[in-house]
Amino acid sequence: MNFELTEDQKLLKAMVRDFAQKEIEPNVKILEDTHEFPREFLDKLGKLGILGMTIPSEYGGTKTDYISLILALEEIARASPSLAVIVSVHCSLFCYSIMKFGNKAQKKKYLPKAAKGEMLGAFSLTEPGAGSDAKNLKTKSIREGNFYILNGTKSWVSTGSEADASIIFASTEIKPGVKKLNAFIVEKNFPGLLASKIEEKMGLHSSLTAEYVLEDCQVPAENLLGEEGKGAAVAFHCLDGSRIGIAAQAVGLADKAIEEGVKYAQQREAFGRKISEFQAIQFMIADMSTQRDAARLLTYKAADLIDKGKPYAKESSMAKLFASEAANKIAYQALQIHGGYGYSKEFLIEQLYRDARAFSIYEGTSEIQRLVISRYLLEEC
Amino acid sequence: MNIFVLVKRIPDTESKIRINHETGTIVEEGLTFVLNPYDEYAVEEALRLREAGGGKVTVLSVGTEESRIILKKCLAMGADEAFLLKDNAPETYDGLRLAKIIARALEKKFSDYGLLLFGKQSMGTDNAQVPSMVAELLGLPQVNVVTKLEIEGTKGTAHREIEGALEKVSFSLPAVISAQKGLNEPRYETLKGIMTAKKKEIPILSFEDLDLKEEDIAPLLEVAKIESPPPRQAGKIIEEEPEKAARKMVEFLHNEAKVI
Repeated sequence: MNFELTEDQKLLKAMVRDFAQKEIEPNVKILEDTHEFPREFLDKLGKLGILGMTIPSEYGGTKTDYISLILALEEIARASPSLAVIVSVHCSLFCYSIMKFGNKAQKKKYLPKAAKGEMLGAFSLTEPGAGSDAKNLKTKSIREGNFYILNGTKSWVSTGSEADASIIFASTEIKPGVKKLNAFIVEKNFPGLLASKIEEKMGLHSSLTAEYVLEDCQVPAENLLGEEGKGAAVAFHCLDGSRIGIAAQAVGLADKAIEEGVKYAQQREAFGRKISEFQAIQFMIADMSTQRDAARLLTYKAADLIDKGKPYAKESSMAKLFASEAANKIAYQALQIHGGYGYSKEFLIEQLYRDARAFSIYEGTSEIQRLVISRYLLEEC
Repeated sequence: MNIFVLVKRIPDTESKIRINHETGTIVEEGLTFVLNPYDEYAVEEALRLREAGGGKVTVLSVGTEESRIILKKCLAMGADEAFLLKDNAPETYDGLRLAKIIARALEKKFSDYGLLLFGKQSMGTDNAQVPSMVAELLGLPQVNVVTKLEIEGTKGTAHREIEGALEKVSFSLPAVISAQKGLNEPRYETLKGIMTAKKKEIPILSFEDLDLKEEDIAPLLEVAKIESPPPRQAGKIIEEEPEKAARKMVEFLHNEAKVI
C-alpha cells in the first residue's frame, strides 16, 4: 500500500494549484456575482491540457491516470467549484463517453477539438420527471431514414446553454412495448435543439444550467453513441466514474472551507483572545480536517481502482456519498466559525456553503448512492 | 547557445516556518517546497532565448534528492536537461560554498556554457551572493537584478534596476545574469510538458564526480542561532483633536521612532 502521490502527480497538482490561485481565484467573486460563464479560464485550461485528460494522444488528448484527473478537479474546485463541475462534466462524462463508447469516426470528429477545449461538452440524462429514475425517460427517439428524430424536454443540463455538443439520452421502442435508451451526440446547431431557460440556482452560479427542448430534433444516425437500445449502459458506466470527480470537487471545496475557517479563527478575537484558542473552535477544526481527509482517501481509493482496472462502482458511490456530505458539514462548521460574518456575502465561506449543497444532489443524490452501496452488500452476502 | 539555469528549492513563501532550536535549523516536516520564484524567471528567460535563437537549456540544482521535483518542474516547463548536484548537507547559508560547487560543476562537466542564468536571490536565505560569486570564480562578466535581457551573437545587453534609475549594461558572453521580477511572466507547465518530463532522467552528480573534497566545501560560515522575528508590537493610538494629534505624532516620529 502506498499513500504517496507519484512525482508527476505532485507536479500536476502543484501546477493546477498555482494556476488556480493566480488566475482563477481573483476572478471568482465577480463571476459568481454576475453568473458569468468562465469561458476565458476554460480556454486557458484547454491550452494547459487539462480538458483532454480522458483522451489519449492519438486523438489529440493528454490522457493521464484517473488520480491525476481527480487531483486537477480538486485543485480547480478549491478556487472555483463552478469551474470544477464544468470541467468534470466535460472530461468525465462528455469526452469519456465518446472515448469509451464512440466509434472511430465519432472519436476522430469530436475528441481532438474537445481535448483542446475548442469544443465544450455537456451530458443530458435528467428530465423534469426523471432524474435518478433514468429508465423512465419521456424524451423519445424515432429512426427516420438517416436520422433519428428526438422529441422531449431535458432539464438540469450543466453547461447546457454553453456546450458545443451534448450527449443526450432518449428512449426508443425496440419491440412493441419494450423501451430502451439510446445515447446520441447532439451538436448545438442541429435543427430542433433549443437550449432555453437558465436555472436560477442557489449556488454554483457561473456553471450555467439549462433546459433543453427537443422539437423534432434531427440527429444524423451516425451520431448514435454505442449500440441501439444500449444507452442505459453508457449513462450508468459514465456516471460511475464521474461521481469520483464530484467527490473530488467536494474535497477541494472542503479544503478551501477549512482554510477559510482556520484563517478566520486565528484573526478574530473574542473575550480578549483569538477564537482559535477556544476548545469549541479547536474541536470544529479537528472534525473538519478529519472529515476532509477521510473523504479524500475514499476519493483517491475509488480513482485508484479505475487506474488498476478493477470494479469501482461501489467505491465511487461511497466516495461521492461521503465526500459530498462531508463538504456540507465542513462548510457549515467553517461558516459557524465565522459567526455573523459567515452569513455575509463579503466572505467566501458564504459562497462555499451554497455551492456545497449541490454535491449531495447532482449526479445521483445521497439516497441513490446509499441504494447503490447497499445493493452491493445485500447481493454479496 | 548552451544556457544553464541554476535553481533552488525553497519553502513555499506562504508556509509557516517552525524552528528546531536544538539543531538551529528549520523544521522541514510539513513544509511545501517550491521552485524559488526568482529562479522561475531565470528558467522562463532561458526558454524564451532558446525559442528565439535555438540552443539548449540545462537546469542544475545543488541539494538532496528532494530537489528532483523542482528539476522535474523545470523539465515540464520545457528545459532540455536537468542535473542534480547532490549535496546532503542541510542548509548552510554559506553562499561561497554553494558557488564553489556550482563553479566546479560547470568547469568539469559543462564547460561549453554560453550563458548562466540565476534568480537574483533565493527567498528564505536572501543572501543574493551565489550569482556574483560564481561569476568571480569563473572569471565571467555579471549583471545582477536584471529586468530585461537581449542576446545577439556573442554579446548581450541587460537592463538592471538601480536606486531611482535603470542601468543598461552591455557585456560579452559567456556571462552570469541574475533575474529580477519583471524580467518576464513565467509560463505554467502544460500536461504535455509534464508527460515529457516524466520520461526524462535526472542524472545525479556527486561531489566525487566533481572532484570535490570535504575540505573544499567545508562551510566557512557557522549559524549561531535562528530565531523567528519578534511579534509586531501593537500600534499606538493618539486620541486627541486632529491638530493636537498631528503635533504629538510629529513629536513621536522625532523623539521615539527617530525616523524624521
